[in-house]
Amino acid sequence: MTAATSMMGEPNEAGRFGEFGGRYVPESLVPACLELERAFHEAWDDPLFRSELNELLHSYAGRPTPVTECRQLSSELGIRLMLKREDLAHTGSHKINNVLGQALLAKRMGKHRFIAETGAGQHGVASATAAALLGLECVVYMGEVDVKRQALNVFRMQLLGATVIPVTSGARTLKDAINDALRDWVASVESTYYCIGSVVGPHPYPFMVRQFQRVVGEEAREQCRVILNGEDPDLVVACVGGGSNAAGTFAGFADTKARLVGVEPEGGAANGHGVAGIVHGMRSNFLQDESGQIEEATSISAGLDYPGVGPEHAYLAAIGRATYESVSDAEVLDAFQRLARTEGILPALEPAHALAWIIRATEEGKIAQGERILMTLSGRGDKDVAEIMELLS
Amino acid sequence: MSVRVVGPLEERLRANRDAGRKLLVPYVTAGLDEGWLDIVRAVAAAGADAVEIGIPFSDPVMDGPVIQEASVRALARGTTPASVLAELARADVEVPLAVMTYVNLFAHAGYHRMAQSLAAAGVSGAILPDLPIDEAAEWMSEAEAAGVDAVQLVAPTTPEGRLLRICEASHGFVYAVGLLGVTGERADVANSALVIARRCRSVTETPVLVGVGVTTPKQAVTISEESDGVVVGSALIRRLLNGEGPEGAGAFIGSLREALDDRWPGTQE
Ligand SMILES: Cc1ncc(COP(=O)(O)O)c(C=O)c1O
Repeated sequence: MTAATSMMGEPNEAGRFGEFGGRYVPESLVPACLELERAFHEAWDDPLFRSELNELLHSYAGRPTPVTECRQLSSELGIRLMLKREDLAHTGSHKINNVLGQALLAKRMGKHRFIAETGAGQHGVASATAAALLGLECVVYMGEVDVKRQALNVFRMQLLGATVIPVTSGARTLKDAINDALRDWVASVESTYYCIGSVVGPHPYPFMVRQFQRVVGEEAREQCRVILNGEDPDLVVACVGGGSNAAGTFAGFADTKARLVGVEPEGGAANGHGVAGIVHGMRSNFLQDESGQIEEATSISAGLDYPGVGPEHAYLAAIGRATYESVSDAEVLDAFQRLARTEGILPALEPAHALAWIIRATEEGKIAQGERILMTLSGRGDKDVAEIMELLS
Repeated sequence: MSVRVVGPLEERLRANRDAGRKLLVPYVTAGLDEGWLDIVRAVAAAGADAVEIGIPFSDPVMDGPVIQEASVRALARGTTPASVLAELARADVEVPLAVMTYVNLFAHAGYHRMAQSLAAAGVSGAILPDLPIDEAAEWMSEAEAAGVDAVQLVAPTTPEGRLLRICEASHGFVYAVGLLGVTGERADVANSALVIARRCRSVTETPVLVGVGVTTPKQAVTISEESDGVVVGSALIRRLLNGEGPEGAGAFIGSLREALDDRWPGTQE
């Protein structure tokens, strides 16, 4: 294998990337995490599982997704911008890649109740979709605030047969949805599979979810080589909530010379402004007050409204392999509209963060003229249109 | 095994148990209201063998709605680990105190500093439900050095070999989680509570207390048939949230004490 294996390879036996990661869960869940780790390794090494997953990714989710060169925006910015089009995957975002993997795993483990947390609703929709396809009972926890701002996705999940439970604790967003999903799992662990939607949580989730998402980066690298006559991009950019689309993307480029940049929202920049802590089963970077209480993230995008970040991103930041930048809600709104008008693509607000940074960095000279950039467009903007209509009026 | 140092929490619990008494450990959320220390004193006076002091945390994943609500109220009053320890240092409570909270507050302060601060405040034990044994080595050695008993938890899903390892490592007492689920009142005693207590007691001399779900005096007695006693949280906190105050708290804990002592008269003090 290539050096990617060592750069973004397996965490150590304790589930750590450097000092980050681990398995900080209530004792009731430790055996379940160990069982999941075993089951995932067995499945991942099983050619039958892999071909079943690849078949679903291909014939059901529509993979491979294309890479689109942005001709007009590129010439306006003086760069060469390529978009990895996860918005074109079934259900409209990269979340389906992970969920199909975990749903197949749940079936293989004999667990018929499939629970998930969701922020923007994309992971919830993907979970409800996979559960419908594979005959699993699906329960989705979603913060009450997100239930309101992503009402369409709530209805979508219900149409797909899932039960959506609004979470009323804390800030009523993604962090609190994870808390309630964990509480459910503590009580139901014997019959229930918890499908975490990002590269967060106790080991093996951060590693497993990244493996299920690495298809994004691996496809993109090959596609870029075709476009760039065998060369790799100079810069690879993705938005970071928990960090799954970024981790999957980076995994494909970690062994190239490409600069890796993750973009966080200004109000939820766990790698940018957070400090090391232990929450949601992992040691990673979190926004905290001076005593270690976790702070509420605030972002225009429900999917990035998370005060933590996956442990592998904390590690990549610590060793300097990736850097993490942040952008404001206003910059995101501008980037959203600019992509719509120049390229005819409505991005989700989450990947509009990645684009917002690219635009700003180009203006500030942090991206050189002519740089070749692969950005993961992690999802489509349909879910955000109603919110944007309100914001722009 | 190295020589096991028994701290003041475990010393007291062992002594009371060996006197034939069942152990009763109520949980009180620190900072719940201005008079929360009076609640601690009231439950101590009503016959608690030790008191668990909950330091409120923003993301209490092992807690159900009642203790979540208490944590929210306490945090809204500006309660911090430092404010709790400062108040405890001045409080005069005649039974041992163990704090119960989540690991991030300890990790944030640093394990060494937190262990020293607990000891300085007169706290003799600590329970961290999201720090399983595999991740606990560093905390346990800092706690031991400071003379604070690091209590470990076992759960109904804990397999045999691991249960033995946890029981051996636990100081103060063994916290046996009585059911699969978060804290909260339950109508009935789960069979898992009896099974887990029996399993722990068959491998350890350390006192074994069952917590999570213990709601009524009758349930406390049923569970104590198999355990060395019980931890009672949500049933007490619900009364406090309803405004019952120190008297109500004392009366409730007193009723648990009486039920246990009726069944196990022991050597009365
Ligand atoms: C389109 C899209 N992109 C990104 C994210 C953020 O998740 P992650 O950081 O795990 O990729 C979400 C989450 O809901 C999303 O819907």
